[in-house]
Amino acid sequence: MPNGAGRECILKARDISVAFGSHQVLDRLNLDIWRGEILGFVGASGAGKSVLLRTILQLSSRQGGTIEILGVDYDKATPHQRIALDMRLGVLFQHGALFSALTVLENIQVPMREYLDLPQNLMDELALLKIELVGLRPETADLYPSELSGGMIKRAGLARALALDPDLVFLDEPTSGLDPISAAEFDELIAKLRDTLGLTVYMVTHDLDSLFSVCDRIAVLGNKKIVVQGTIEDMLASDEPWVQSYFHGKRARSLVRAK
Amino acid sequence: MSSPPESDSQSTRFASGKVRPVDEPTPPKVDVVSADGQTHVNLSGDWQLHCVAEIDSVMRDIGKSVDGAHVTVDFTNVGHLDTSGALIVERLRDNLELRGCDVAYHAAGKGRTTLLEAVGNALRVKYDDEEPEEAPGLAERIFAPIGRLTISFWNDFVAAMYILGSAVRGTQLKLDHSSGISVAAIVSQMDHMGVRAVPIIALMSFLIGGIIAQQGAFQLRYFGAEIFVVDLVGILQLREIGVLLTAIMIAGRSGSAITAEIGSMKMREEVDALKVMGLNPVGVLVFPRLVALTVMLPVLTIVANFSALFGACLTTWIYSGITPDTFLTRLREAIDMSTIVSGMIKAPFMALIIGIVSSVEGLKVGGSAESLGRHVTSAVVKAIFVVILVDGLFAIFYGAIDF
Repeated sequence: MPNGAGRECILKARDISVAFGSHQVLDRLNLDIWRGEILGFVGASGAGKSVLLRTILQLSSRQGGTIEILGVDYDKATPHQRIALDMRLGVLFQHGALFSALTVLENIQVPMREYLDLPQNLMDELALLKIELVGLRPETADLYPSELSGGMIKRAGLARALALDPDLVFLDEPTSGLDPISAAEFDELIAKLRDTLGLTVYMVTHDLDSLFSVCDRIAVLGNKKIVVQGTIEDMLASDEPWVQSYFHGKRARSLVRAK
Repeated sequence: MSSPPESDSQSTRFASGKVRPVDEPTPPKVDVVSADGQTHVNLSGDWQLHCVAEIDSVMRDIGKSVDGAHVTVDFTNVGHLDTSGALIVERLRDNLELRGCDVAYHAAGKGRTTLLEAVGNALRVKYDDEEPEEAPGLAERIFAPIGRLTISFWNDFVAAMYILGSAVRGTQLKLDHSSGISVAAIVSQMDHMGVRAVPIIALMSFLIGGIIAQQGAFQLRYFGAEIFVVDLVGILQLREIGVLLTAIMIAGRSGSAITAEIGSMKMREEVDALKVMGLNPVGVLVFPRLVALTVMLPVLTIVANFSALFGACLTTWIYSGITPDTFLTRLREAIDMSTIVSGMIKAPFMALIIGIVSSVEGLKVGGSAESLGRHVTSAVVKAIFVVILVDGLFAIFYGAIDF
């Protein structure tokens, strides 16, 4: 379903322009994400992937363009709508961004505590459920972030991102720094969660394995715009030079053959 | 993926320009109907995180009270179901099955069945419950903390000696046999810890000198011995107060900075990076700070003493009419070299204490921001405490040798 016909558009970015001083990073960029898909987002280092992610999340300002998430334009939304919108987004930062003074369990409960009025035992059960869903041992719940391994931090970060059952989850390089086995497990986990929880996933990644195995659609950022978007087959067929060298490089070739 | 009627209702909500949580979800309801051995648990409304708080306890009660061999949970009228709703339903199922009931779901739909199964599987992962630890006895509760404290004191002492030893041993041994002392680092630390502390030290001491002189003058006035306020301020300031307050101020100002700097480097593995490069972290990080403190604290003490005596001179002039001339003459008679030396000798010791205690705490910082904060606090508290303790020991020592 690459064209997304007849499906609900969950994120609609139009004419996004971002510049730092005189340095134009994004120029009139358009992007759509459809409900239930896993969108892999790639681009050269420094092409502006993180800038786009931060712009969509309203963490940094933009010079122009509109962003509509779940049918709500953030700029025109009332404060109440903004909070409601924030509650429906989950973000896994590249380095987890877990609060170091809180245990994993407390980290997951932070959004619940802030937004909702739930009894403590229900919050504990929910947080343990999320810990279990992301494939962590229940014993992990009482550990502090400094006591976790890299893979566990990613999973704990994902559990926190899922705390409020978001519709749209942003993952910033979720498999970077993981060994290939853990990375593959993480990819499977994301696909599984998409199927069970009905998530939509926006995944910034450099991991060719992830792109080949779990992503329904891939968007390539280059030259301040989305250069190509489509399935992995579209990527392989593209004659764009950067896309060519990315998907036909030494590392990608073995994957193509395997596929 | 969600079931069709659900996504329909959502898109109509989007059309009205509203978002789900704002859109007042229908509160979840549960209705239990029993008829000839069959129990129906009818669920309705939106079972999502925003509104499950009340239904949670109701469902717990149902789990405890419902009887009957066959229980059917009916999802026909359920709107939205998320993991929290699924958790509550699956927990009900577990509780009922534990009590020997046979539970079946009706009209759950494919998407919800997947969710319920995933939640149920996660819920049922059993893990070894830790053996509950025996409550410690009275003796253990009293002596265990004391023992722990003693061991931590000893460990602190050993760590302090290690740092002192490493610092005395010098910094890096370079291949060309030069000393490896980084003059630039020491001078820059002297600027940070010493020169920039001059204004606050001077102001603080000026006020302290003035306050002691004013109080002394008032009290001595009853005895007609107002002139002796000069002796009081001179000896007190030069022997005790000058070095003590300067050390306390520096412990708060520079001690905390040392702990925070070294601690945050420890947090980000910079200290480990130094180690694997073959550099001794104590030599690189602690030594320049220790040298700078040891040089600057005596200098700051001198600044403090001058400033305090100036403050005292001004106060006695205003309050008691003792002119600066008289003040200086009386001061020369009251104090001698031993008064000045006995105060000044303490300054380098105080500097070493502050530097070493702060460095030890800095190197103890673990991985979290909280641990950094805890160790900065403890560095300042310990440094001030040990400074006062050592001041007391010096007083006893001077008394014994009649200095």
